[in-house]
Amino acid sequence: MEIFGVSSALLGSQLLIGLINGSFYAILSLGLAIIFGLLNIINFAHGAQYMMGAFVAWIALTKFGINYWVSLLLAPIVIGALGVVIERTMLRKLYKLDHLYGLLLTFGLALIFEGVFRDQYGISGQSYEVPELLQGGVNLGFMFVPIYRAWIVVAALTVCFGTWFMIEKTKLGSYLRAGTENPQMVQALGINVPLLITFTYGYGVALAAFAGVLAAPVYQVNPLMGSNLIIVVFAVVVIGGMGSIMGSIVTGLGLGLIEGLTRVFYPEGSAVVVFIIMVIVLLVRPAGLFGKS
Amino acid sequence: MHKNSMFARATPYLFGALFIIGLIAPFAVYPTFLMKILCFGLFACAFNLLLGFAGLLSFGHAAFLGTAGYVCGMLVRDVGVTPEVGIIGGTVAAGLLGWVFGVLAIRRTGIYFAMITLALSQMVYFLVLQIKATGGEDGLQGVPRGNLFGIIDLSNNLSMYYLVFAVFCIGFFIIYRTINSPFGEILKAIRENEPRAISLGYDVAKFKLLAFIISASLAGMAGATKTLVFQLASLTDVHWHMSGEVVLMTLLGGLGTVLGPLIGAATVVSLQTQLADSVGSWVTVIMGVIFVLCVLLFRRGIVGELQALIRRAGIR
Amino acid sequence: MQIKKLTTLACAAAFAALSGAANAQISGNTVKVGVLTDLSGTYSDLAGSGAVLATQMAIDDFIAEAKPAFKIEMVSADHQNKADIASNKAREWFEREGVDAATELVTTSTALAVMKIAKEMNRIALMSGPASTPITNEQCNDVSVHYTYDTYALANGTAKAVTKQGGDTWFFLTADYAFGQALERDSSAVVTANGGKVLGSVRHPFPASDFSSFLLQAQASGAKIIGLANAGADTTNAIKQAAEFGITPKQSLAGLLMFISDVHSLGLKNTQGMYLTTGFYWDLNDDTRTWSKRFFDKQKRMPTMVQAGQYSSVLHYLRAVQAAGSDDSAKVMAQMKKTPINDFFAKNGQIREDGRMIHDMYLVQVKKPDESKYPWDYYHVRQTIPAAEAFQPLSESRCPLIKK
Repeated sequence: MEIFGVSSALLGSQLLIGLINGSFYAILSLGLAIIFGLLNIINFAHGAQYMMGAFVAWIALTKFGINYWVSLLLAPIVIGALGVVIERTMLRKLYKLDHLYGLLLTFGLALIFEGVFRDQYGISGQSYEVPELLQGGVNLGFMFVPIYRAWIVVAALTVCFGTWFMIEKTKLGSYLRAGTENPQMVQALGINVPLLITFTYGYGVALAAFAGVLAAPVYQVNPLMGSNLIIVVFAVVVIGGMGSIMGSIVTGLGLGLIEGLTRVFYPEGSAVVVFIIMVIVLLVRPAGLFGKS
Repeated sequence: MHKNSMFARATPYLFGALFIIGLIAPFAVYPTFLMKILCFGLFACAFNLLLGFAGLLSFGHAAFLGTAGYVCGMLVRDVGVTPEVGIIGGTVAAGLLGWVFGVLAIRRTGIYFAMITLALSQMVYFLVLQIKATGGEDGLQGVPRGNLFGIIDLSNNLSMYYLVFAVFCIGFFIIYRTINSPFGEILKAIRENEPRAISLGYDVAKFKLLAFIISASLAGMAGATKTLVFQLASLTDVHWHMSGEVVLMTLLGGLGTVLGPLIGAATVVSLQTQLADSVGSWVTVIMGVIFVLCVLLFRRGIVGELQALIRRAGIR
Repeated sequence: MQIKKLTTLACAAAFAALSGAANAQISGNTVKVGVLTDLSGTYSDLAGSGAVLATQMAIDDFIAEAKPAFKIEMVSADHQNKADIASNKAREWFEREGVDAATELVTTSTALAVMKIAKEMNRIALMSGPASTPITNEQCNDVSVHYTYDTYALANGTAKAVTKQGGDTWFFLTADYAFGQALERDSSAVVTANGGKVLGSVRHPFPASDFSSFLLQAQASGAKIIGLANAGADTTNAIKQAAEFGITPKQSLAGLLMFISDVHSLGLKNTQGMYLTTGFYWDLNDDTRTWSKRFFDKQKRMPTMVQAGQYSSVLHYLRAVQAAGSDDSAKVMAQMKKTPINDFFAKNGQIREDGRMIHDMYLVQVKKPDESKYPWDYYHVRQTIPAAEAFQPLSESRCPLIKK
């Protein structure tokens, strides 16, 4: 069967791949949205933190022989802890100021992180092997799916929905939501808001690092792997609006799929399709698809 | 005007002194280096008009610098117009692009505004990369400096310098006039309190858009001139790193001060030139560190801190 | 007008001062070589500090062999792959620091920018790192030498050999910018000329990190060979992901612009069996091994062809200065062009009128992991492509210097 001259098998496989990329968008934009919700800053260092997550996994494997599965937990903890330090020592000083300063600070941090890793590990990137358990692939008839790619979707979605559940359905999440709405009130109720903020930033950063570990075996582990990705994720965030957790997950996945389709029908446009959608959304619904204006 | 009267009185002298320094500088300092500083200085001043006086953080100003550079380069090299026409062409192109960006971006404020401009400029980057006429990765090379008004040969570094200096002065004058006009006052009012400006009956969106277009055009003027100086336009000019650099220049020099961006640009350009040889790849790291320090400790920037110092001394 | 007169006077004075010392024929009795390269970016592994080291080795070796009467100095700078920084730096070197030759110049954009300035200031540009053919075609000039390789030689060598060995159906994965498009065009022509067929191509954004969807299109085409018309991180990512999706080894990849540093970073497991063309391999013969081991002792990496070519080009330049007894660009260029190049890098290499240095190239195949016996033992040398066949013939040149 063919659709617009493209076989349905090819179409199906491209959609599947779009879903994989969408998983990365979803997990990164989710992290940005959580941080934005409580801290009101855009974490420009998100891409660098994603990159560092991948590097932690690579260093752990090559220097200490620590395997992928441990890294999947270790890297978010290490980078999350770094996030906590950043929040405590730097971001904290900026909350009373214009929120743009948070953006500028994290931009500076992103430059520092990228520069240091570039100096230490060069630019051409390091290889990270797919863990043994997830090697090989399954033939679905219309395409060959590497098991590892399938695992990315499963792992990313699990983490995304786990986060959603934590925020929407647990007590901690209710504090978080309340803190987003009205921090003074929550503080008055005896909840330690500064701690909540620190935790939130750390968690958002840890999500980026988690995505980095997921990405390590499929892309080269490379100091600049985050910086181009993050701009696309910014566009995703603008499209979705940062109002809702579920919104950012759905938008991330959806745009991955759309990008996948563009690669079949008009590959030259695949680099800009997300930005074009952003323009259209801004014209039609400036607050974003899920945003509150 | 709430401006300190001492500054107001000193300003004409200061500008006069700087003007004279600008005139004689090429005899003491390497002209190409000075031209680079002036181009980036104008770029940063244009950017500051938007961030420092209208409170709008654009993270996509590289798109204007670069687009104007490419348009000017193509006009001069491929169409064969004279340099001044090239600069005007580049400026107009940047202004038009600024209008498109502005219409879209002012629909949101604050952080969203920054992200939208960033995303739009990234789109411009990809277009420049893919279009054949721009030379893609290789950039637009071999742009002749040509003869100004068809008469003055610009391949002479000194003549070129005075053209750049003139362009800078024109741009700077426009910015200065804008800031100190009723329009500038309204911009500042919007920056301080947007709802109040709306309730006073101002069409805030229109003012923001106009500021955006002026800023974009002047950034373009800087970019077009830069292309003539270096005889090339390259992807560096449209990359988002450039957008970040102009933020750094402005922040370091002094956000919302008239001369700050020029000082910031001079500092950053000199640092990059000096550091490139001695520390190599650490340049990015050092730029990042300066960024962080500026945000955390010197939010007023060099000129802002100086002003504060003078003011304190004056009170005592 | 006044100013113009002043500068003219100043120039005249400077000229007088220079000609006063002219009996030495070498300005300031010093030859200054500038290495303008990527010390921190994408190409720092294949050129970078290794190229600076190679230059220093060339200078040391030359001093030891020729005991020249003049001094030799080296300066180096990082152009960060930006044409504007490169042009700035070159201008400053030529105008203020008396640099006689700007060398290395990896990436075409920086090379083209520096070539123009070298021409304007009448100095020399020796290019080991950049790849694109316009350097010796539309953009050629008489003060520039393109030394180590170019895209024509690589595409030609690889595409021809692979097509002749039965890889006669191709699909191109092309980086969507001028360089990638040129690489695809050149290679397609070679494939068709050798009886092969190009089934299609897909343009991917540059740079890209995810190639899976483009690779699937290549897979769907059923072509025996997937030609990678891209470079650097794009190539390495595409290779890695092709293995992941089980595309290789059923279909084979052909890297059209690859260096030993890429193979090193990807590992043999991912690259085994690939064909590529190179201007130099460290394990070719005793001469290459001796030099490369010296290089390795300092750099802890084996040299790429760019780094080896850099050594050879600087040495050849210095020998020409010595023989001509002058650092005047025209005299040195004439000397360089008439002297054949013989060292560990090239045998009977020759610089043509268009600035192209022609020498033998090598078609190599990447070894399987179990065939690799010692570190950096990466290639089977399958074929030596003689200089005359390896490069674009002068008859096809679009260089204005070539009179037809």
